[in-house]
Amino acid sequence: MATGTTPSAETDSPDHPPASGGVRDAPGRAAISARHLRVDRWWLAPGATALGLFAFVVYSTWRAFSNSDYYAAPYVSPFYSPCLADNCETMKGGPNWELFGSWWGLSPALIILIFPLGFRLTCYYYRKAYYRGFWASPPACAVAEPHRKYTGEKRFPLILQNIHRYFFYAALLVAVVLSYDTLLGFRNAEYEWGHMGLGTVVFLVNIVLIWLYTISCHSCRHIIGGRLRHFSKHPVRYRMWGFVGKLNERHMSLAWASLVSVAVADFYVYLLATGAFDDPRFF
Amino acid sequence: MSTSNEVTGADSAPDDPGAEEPAAGSSARAANESASEAATGAPSGTTAVPDQATAPDTPPRDVSDGRPETSYDAHFRVWRGDPEGGRLEDFTVEVNEGEVVLDIIHRLQATQAGDLAVRWNCKAGKCGSCSAEINGRPRLLCMTRMSTFERADVVTVTPLRAFPVVRDLVTDVSYNYTKAREIPSFVPPAELAPGEYRMQQEDVERSQEFRKCIECFLCQDTCHVVRDHEENKQSFAGPRFLMRQAELDMHPLDAAEEQGLDRKTSAQEEHGLGYCNITKCCTEVCPEGIRITDNALIPMKERVADRKYDPLVWLGNKIRRRS
Repeated sequence: MATGTTPSAETDSPDHPPASGGVRDAPGRAAISARHLRVDRWWLAPGATALGLFAFVVYSTWRAFSNSDYYAAPYVSPFYSPCLADNCETMKGGPNWELFGSWWGLSPALIILIFPLGFRLTCYYYRKAYYRGFWASPPACAVAEPHRKYTGEKRFPLILQNIHRYFFYAALLVAVVLSYDTLLGFRNAEYEWGHMGLGTVVFLVNIVLIWLYTISCHSCRHIIGGRLRHFSKHPVRYRMWGFVGKLNERHMSLAWASLVSVAVADFYVYLLATGAFDDPRFF
Repeated sequence: MSTSNEVTGADSAPDDPGAEEPAAGSSARAANESASEAATGAPSGTTAVPDQATAPDTPPRDVSDGRPETSYDAHFRVWRGDPEGGRLEDFTVEVNEGEVVLDIIHRLQATQAGDLAVRWNCKAGKCGSCSAEINGRPRLLCMTRMSTFERADVVTVTPLRAFPVVRDLVTDVSYNYTKAREIPSFVPPAELAPGEYRMQQEDVERSQEFRKCIECFLCQDTCHVVRDHEENKQSFAGPRFLMRQAELDMHPLDAAEEQGLDRKTSAQEEHGLGYCNITKCCTEVCPEGIRITDNALIPMKERVADRKYDPLVWLGNKIRRRS
């Protein structure tokens, strides 16, 4: 029966294992052998996403492990801030907090990058991006995925995506430190206040995008007010929830913009530190 | 004191819209199916043979033989068959300005394939009956304009590929009704009688977005959890009904929790919210523009995290209850 409401015996009976198969071979479905019939360039979005993320991973891995050229007064690379090990370069008035002492021999970036990396890895937008782009689960809407089984985020390790909110809290702290670094950018190379250069602008743009991306997060939206049932009893949180909701609509754009800006800010410091050019000063 | 508008009366009655909707949809679709069956003269599985004059090899052409210049002949490929098998058949069919794909399917029924089965009703994007896949994308036949295609395009129309086919473009969507029945309905607050419900607009507007759902089941069809894995149908309710869970969990007057029904836990453990990997295909295909993933599924996942995966929230709730 086409639209009947009587469940089929096979579906509900414990004696019958659930039917298996996918869009091409599940019993009873239209016999169409193609895994999809889309004629548009559906592969473009996941392909571009995978390429963009892969490029960032390569770049950030190189920079995080290089352990050099991350400070050019007054700028410190966002990959190395805050610097929590003893082997950091001395940054006058900068984010040198040697919590890890002298035993840490690797790049200090590896300590702090865990937090923004975890924040982005568990981010609801990036999950969509890499599930589609790298894992093809699915590669695009109505395009069959290649995997025989699927359990989603029910089991380890993907069940750990549920700790996104804790990375959000950590990302807030990192954003505060990066804001401090941006403030330090209003000094000159001699650490005198009241100056500004092109690097200051690069850092300002970066920190604005970092903050927008961070507070447009779905977990932030939930914490701010999404978990409430009666907005009318919490008018301030309701307004904040509305504001975060508007930002949240642009979460994908902000994710990409902040990813690019943080790489640009780091590369700018790298160029200054390697002497490729001098920071143009405005005043 | 709040200055917000109050929502009162019928909207807040302790009815069970979740239980009513499928039944209503069911009867509407049953009527349409009957209409389709009435239109079909041939036995199940009969396929139409394209007229020689409109053979599939004939390229689409501009028409100037007395028809307006805005008319042309389009190349359609339509899946014909039943659960035993079927194939895509080619048709060349007239298209006129302003028409939608459903118009063309009707023209095929009228001129070349009288036994072509298709389910439809309102032709206005509000009944959710004419769901199908057009060039591989889940869409409503009545809301897909022919002007979105080039004249030379081949337009392929198939039934929904996540559900068992009945015949031609008609599928058996009863999986969705089964899932609808599994969602516990609205639980009225014990201390209020019907007619005494009062809700503030800001408290209900989140849920109102979800009430726009026309139950076309395009989201259910495109969701890879069941589309690509038939075995998951037992344990996964699908985006439409997880959205229903979210709607009820956000409802300002739902008293399920007070009566021992934890919608958050049941969404995760009984209705398969954990299967969702938020790839947003449900949102992409929704003809009503409901932001299913961002406004229903992710908030529900966060509420589940509150309940099951966040020790701080758990601790906070314990302390608050003690005080």
